[in-house]
Amino acid sequence: MLEVTDAREVAVDQAFEPTIVAFFCNWCTYLAADLAGTSRMKYAPNARVIRVMCSGRVDPQFVFDAFARGADGVLIGGCHPGDCHYQEGNYKALRRYQLTKRLLTDLGVEPERFRLEWISAAEADRLRDVMNEMTAQIKALGRADFSVPDEPFDIPELEPEPEIEEAVVS
Amino acid sequence: MSESNGTPRIGVYVCHCGTNIAATIDVFAAQVAAESMPGVTISREYKYMCSDPGQEIIKEDIRELGLDRVVVASCSPCLHEETFRNAIADGGINPYYFQMVNIREHASWVHKDKAAATEKAVDLIRAAVRRVRLHEPLEARRVPIEPKVMVVGAGIAGIHAALTMANAGKHVYLVEREPSIGGHMAMFDKTFPTLDCAACILTPKMTQVRAHPNIEIMTMSEVTEVDGFVGNYTVTVKHNPRYIIEEACVGCQECIDACVFRNGKTPDEFNLGLSKRKPIYMPFPQAVPQVVLIDPDGCIEFRTGKCKKTCVEVCADRNAIDFQQEVTFEDLNVGAIIIATGFKTFDATRVPRYGYGKFDGVYTALEIERLVNASGPTEGDIVMRDGRKPKSIGVIHCVGSRDKNTNEYCSRVCCMYSLKLSHLLREKTDAEIYEFYIDMRTPGKGFEEFYNRVEKEGVHFIRGKVADVYPEAGNTGKLVLQAEDTLAGMVRKIPVDMVVLATGLEPKDDAEDVRRTFNITCSGGGFFMERHPKLAPVSTFTDGVFLAGACQGPKDIPDTVAQAGAAAAEVLALVDAGFIELEPNTAFVVEEECSGCKTCVGLCPFHAIAYDNGKAHINEVLCKGCGTCVAACPSGVIRQNLFEDGEIFEEIVGVLTNA
Repeated sequence: MLEVTDAREVAVDQAFEPTIVAFFCNWCTYLAADLAGTSRMKYAPNARVIRVMCSGRVDPQFVFDAFARGADGVLIGGCHPGDCHYQEGNYKALRRYQLTKRLLTDLGVEPERFRLEWISAAEADRLRDVMNEMTAQIKALGRADFSVPDEPFDIPELEPEPEIEEAVVS
Repeated sequence: MSESNGTPRIGVYVCHCGTNIAATIDVFAAQVAAESMPGVTISREYKYMCSDPGQEIIKEDIRELGLDRVVVASCSPCLHEETFRNAIADGGINPYYFQMVNIREHASWVHKDKAAATEKAVDLIRAAVRRVRLHEPLEARRVPIEPKVMVVGAGIAGIHAALTMANAGKHVYLVEREPSIGGHMAMFDKTFPTLDCAACILTPKMTQVRAHPNIEIMTMSEVTEVDGFVGNYTVTVKHNPRYIIEEACVGCQECIDACVFRNGKTPDEFNLGLSKRKPIYMPFPQAVPQVVLIDPDGCIEFRTGKCKKTCVEVCADRNAIDFQQEVTFEDLNVGAIIIATGFKTFDATRVPRYGYGKFDGVYTALEIERLVNASGPTEGDIVMRDGRKPKSIGVIHCVGSRDKNTNEYCSRVCCMYSLKLSHLLREKTDAEIYEFYIDMRTPGKGFEEFYNRVEKEGVHFIRGKVADVYPEAGNTGKLVLQAEDTLAGMVRKIPVDMVVLATGLEPKDDAEDVRRTFNITCSGGGFFMERHPKLAPVSTFTDGVFLAGACQGPKDIPDTVAQAGAAAAEVLALVDAGFIELEPNTAFVVEEECSGCKTCVGLCPFHAIAYDNGKAHINEVLCKGCGTCVAACPSGVIRQNLFEDGEIFEEIVGVLTNA
């Protein structure tokens, strides 16, 4: 008899626990996480929070570095539009997020692995939901392997750029 | 790196917080794991790190072991970062050689799996250990504080706060949107449970405010913009025209009598539309300031420009009426702000089954306050809209409170004010009164006693939520209240003449705008959020902005006054220090490496970055430390104290070492 296995089942490793690096704004999402704590809400233990004063402080390099070092996901938490403690840092974060997301997508990083969320200091339940949802989504995707290998690898040499003849203006 | 031959000597302290942390995190395992982290000289665990003995351990280790960096893994830095910074400064090293790890709010309290929570705690500790190695010695920035203060909203909360601060010698700007100070309390008749007359206890305070040399009352005014930071706010106040020159008006009210309108045509706001007023009017008899105002929507001069202006005639050489007044704006410098903008009562038309606005016999509790008040529309006579006097009255509790369809929270005051109104109505009409309640909530000094008293006075209490209000068959003019009496286990249908809706308290309609203006946060129900529900109940996350009264959540007068006093005390403690220490988390440009690309200049919302001589330069006083420019600098030469690129990269490495 032929045994049929569901390919998807094999793909989802139940034991896999993703690691998410979370950059939280000190004034909103970080406090929402504090509130979730004082309210004893329970959520997935997969995120590691790095506190910044504003989501606008998150340099896209932090995101790339996190993925390169083995993060399975990166989450940025900032204040709702119009609520930035520094007036408009969250808008800058949004701009950088969109640009970074495009780059990551081009590099083959699934969109679920990189999120920007607006979570106010009062929205502990939202924080919990985002944490759980993102963890579940990344679990389904499996481990991310964007880490830089220890062994140096060959970088193919680029062909010299063809010379462009200047258009002759008549 | 620092003092000890370039190798940092780090002390790691893992707190049990009783069982708060230890129950879900293996504190001993975390302590052992920290021992092998780079640069760690000593790793310890202790039951309560924030206690004196806990802090003493750190200080001793700094002295004995020559520690030059400290990591404490305990609660949120919002709670104890300052405690530990002070402790290590006491121990003899720079207070910023410190990093706190939040393993309570962010780990032990939110996870169930002990192994996973412990792993997370160890990762976070490792991030802190790696980062703290790069910490630089810093000094808090000292900024002088403007001693003038502002109170926004002049209800009982604002009045009490203003008086407290003014008595302490502070110059107070008291900003009120309405034409008079007093707020909701001025509308109440009696106050529970003592039955003090609201006006009798409020008006002396209003008069004190008027007479106080340190208080500047600004009625018909609103805050439109707030700039600056703690100790140095610039507040833009918009003054709406009253069309009366305040200084010239003596409050004789002859103009009101002289107005071409013989009778009032406009619903009187203070009496909630139960009476009419003229377009020129005094808000209420005890109004402060005792100055009339003109409502341009009702005034013939404003509408047609062809009024005889009899008001101007009688005002004669006092010349207080000025039809040309316009909106003006004023910038005020203050060191601290108390927000006391109050509440609004729930709009009873949102529960259509109770028939408010449809049946004449249905009133809100606030309308009854005016109706029983001697200065109210009926001079205290309980006369209904149709002229009848009620012989039976039904009071419906929890209208717009404790209801998933409207507001989930309990408005805290409705049970007590319903009891009070029942007492007053019974005293004045001898009517049969039925109170329909879900639970009777009377926690407070003398509250339960008052409930017993009202019960003894013969008011009937029915435990059940009213399902419907409908007119009795046969044109009797009565309304039937239908409810399930959950104690008797039966459905009751009780016909009454008058229905009183105990409407709950809600945030003001523009609470959202106010919140944005002052850069504060709202809690779930839309009320302003305090910095900490227990330990910082009047502070907000914006330093120098404090809360008082019902804008923070529904509360009664005693609680409001207590909170206003607390807010005033916080302001005094802040302002009287004379200076404030700000977190030194500002950004700076390594100018020799700046390429002068100007990317950062336009990014700063505080105009702290100047471009000069081909280099960017950050003004430390204007910088608020968000770090947006740091993230944007293409050359990576803008650095932020406490949040250096290197420090954050180390944190990333730290949390991912085991990933």
